[in-house]
Amino acid sequence: MIALLGIAFIALIAVIIAAGLISTFGGSLGLRKVANIGFVVFCVGGAVLALSALAAILASLLANGFGGINLAVFTQDTPAPGSTGGLRNAILGSIAMCLEGMVIAIFVGIAAGTWLAEYADRNNYTKTYGSIVRFVNDVLLSAPSILVGLFIYTVLVAKGIPVLSVVSLGHFSGIAGGVALSLLAVPVVTRTTEDVLRLQSRQLRESGVALGAPLWVTIRAILWKAAQGGMITGVLLAFARISGETAPLLFTALNNQFNGLNFKIEDAFGLNAPTANIPVVIFNFALSAYDDWRRLAWVGSLLIAAAVLGINILVRVLSAEQKRS
Amino acid sequence: MTALSADQMAPQPDRKPLKSRGASFDPIFGFICGAAATLLLVTLSGLMVSLVIGGWPAFAKFGLSFFTSTRWNPVTEVFGGAGPIIGTLITAFVSLLLSLPIAIGVAVFLTEFCPQQLRRPIGVAVELLAGVPSIVYGMWGLFVFAPLFAQLVETPLSVWTPPTFLGKGFADFWSNTVIGDLVPNGSGILAASIILAVMILPFMAATLRELFLTVPTKVRESAYGVGCTPLEVVTSVTIPYVRRSAIGAVMLGLGRALGETMAVTFIIGNSHGLPKGLFSGGSTIASTIANEFAEATGEMHTAALIALGFVLFLITFAVLAIARALLGAQRQA
Repeated sequence: MIALLGIAFIALIAVIIAAGLISTFGGSLGLRKVANIGFVVFCVGGAVLALSALAAILASLLANGFGGINLAVFTQDTPAPGSTGGLRNAILGSIAMCLEGMVIAIFVGIAAGTWLAEYADRNNYTKTYGSIVRFVNDVLLSAPSILVGLFIYTVLVAKGIPVLSVVSLGHFSGIAGGVALSLLAVPVVTRTTEDVLRLQSRQLRESGVALGAPLWVTIRAILWKAAQGGMITGVLLAFARISGETAPLLFTALNNQFNGLNFKIEDAFGLNAPTANIPVVIFNFALSAYDDWRRLAWVGSLLIAAAVLGINILVRVLSAEQKRS
Repeated sequence: MTALSADQMAPQPDRKPLKSRGASFDPIFGFICGAAATLLLVTLSGLMVSLVIGGWPAFAKFGLSFFTSTRWNPVTEVFGGAGPIIGTLITAFVSLLLSLPIAIGVAVFLTEFCPQQLRRPIGVAVELLAGVPSIVYGMWGLFVFAPLFAQLVETPLSVWTPPTFLGKGFADFWSNTVIGDLVPNGSGILAASIILAVMILPFMAATLRELFLTVPTKVRESAYGVGCTPLEVVTSVTIPYVRRSAIGAVMLGLGRALGETMAVTFIIGNSHGLPKGLFSGGSTIASTIANEFAEATGEMHTAALIALGFVLFLITFAVLAIARALLGAQRQA
């Protein structure tokens, strides 16, 4: 099958090159029509190839993961090789760290987005500063997530590095994992917050001024309220993005065979220790030699893909409803 | 919050006016927002500075040979990063080469040829797939793609010798540059590039489709009006119209491919040193860090890995900066 796909790919490239040559150097109507047919075939073929590859991924996810889902997955912790177990500690750990990351991201991202949209245009200095911050946000938005993991490792986990050891916790922890995830979520929230606030009309802002409200009350009670839907969309998208991230957790949260989470705030909810999470469990289990570990890795992948796709679909449904109302 | 004044403590009427209550909080609110924006700046500079500090011992000890040497030996603590650096560039480039034509094809299909009723569902499907976490692509690559690739491509190729009429030059090129030290186990530079290509394809297709949709209908229709075929409309109107932003979008895809970790780590083979051919095992910066960092024992090993991270940061920063400059006012996500 792959060989066929490869041959099809090479054929498609040949067709596009031939079509490009004909269309560049002109030709009779017949030749142009033939070139165009080749192009249509290429585009349709490309779309079919892409969609079938992606369908194959989802299908194998369902085929390998769905059979492994049972109650034990949600009620038992990750097992030693050979014994039965589930993903309970990893699921709880992932949820806890994503929530931690989202709490940070919501505060920082909404504040930063608000500054960019409402305060940055005041004078030339803030304008320049705003464009720098916007650029930095764009870079952070697509920065390799493994570098974010390295950064948080050197700041919050490592002991031996001078200067940075002041704030370091000195060990792998769920706290560090959550902070790493928040760094990936903040740019998404900042970006969408700025974009939706900029969409709000001038009249809306003036209405706050006309009532004699201070700027911050105008922003909080009028602009945030009007932009609510878009901001929730941004938060959900950020949540979807971080819930599948593996690389930043590999050496911040590490992994844990047990569930250390609790509801004691003085214990930092149990996050001040290495914390299990689904992506790292998938990574470790998939590369292992044990069949039951691999089975759990498939189940974990299915759960994560379902969660991410579910959130994305929810976002679409929500924003479609907003457009209607 | 600031202290409440006497008239604010008094009983309020039911309808609270939005009066200048809390006007003194205004500067504080502005300061908080400004501080959050500054935090972003601090984060990026902190990221860069911490990578420099963490990687400094390696840069100081190995100097330029860190970039040119391919010896990576944690036991004798000799580290040269040329293998992973070259591996990163090759996989990213090959994956772009594979996915870009298909991404353009998908985007053109969705904007020109697709039946109207199917446009939205297929467009949404492509966008949804752009959000699937990379570890899922990695799982598929490891368990489904790699065995098929080994059986159907690598095994036949490992016994195939180029026919003699192609000459000795081709035979040398074939065995040195393409085949390398092929072991038919489904992993290697090309296998990793294919998985990367599958991964960045939905992202690039979705972005290019958005760009193609910004071409004014009038411009496209006028091209059809003078008798252009769809191919000519695309090559002489649509693509030139969005050229700048399209290159920016491609650079964003390249940025993703450069920094991608999980999908590559599963399947690249993870052997250090310069890859000997497209089918040889190799490593990228991200896969090396992912594999070795948590188990690095020596201080120099950790420093060398962080130094590699800094190199990756410089490469992706340059690519992203160009992408952003080209995308300009369009500001595609």
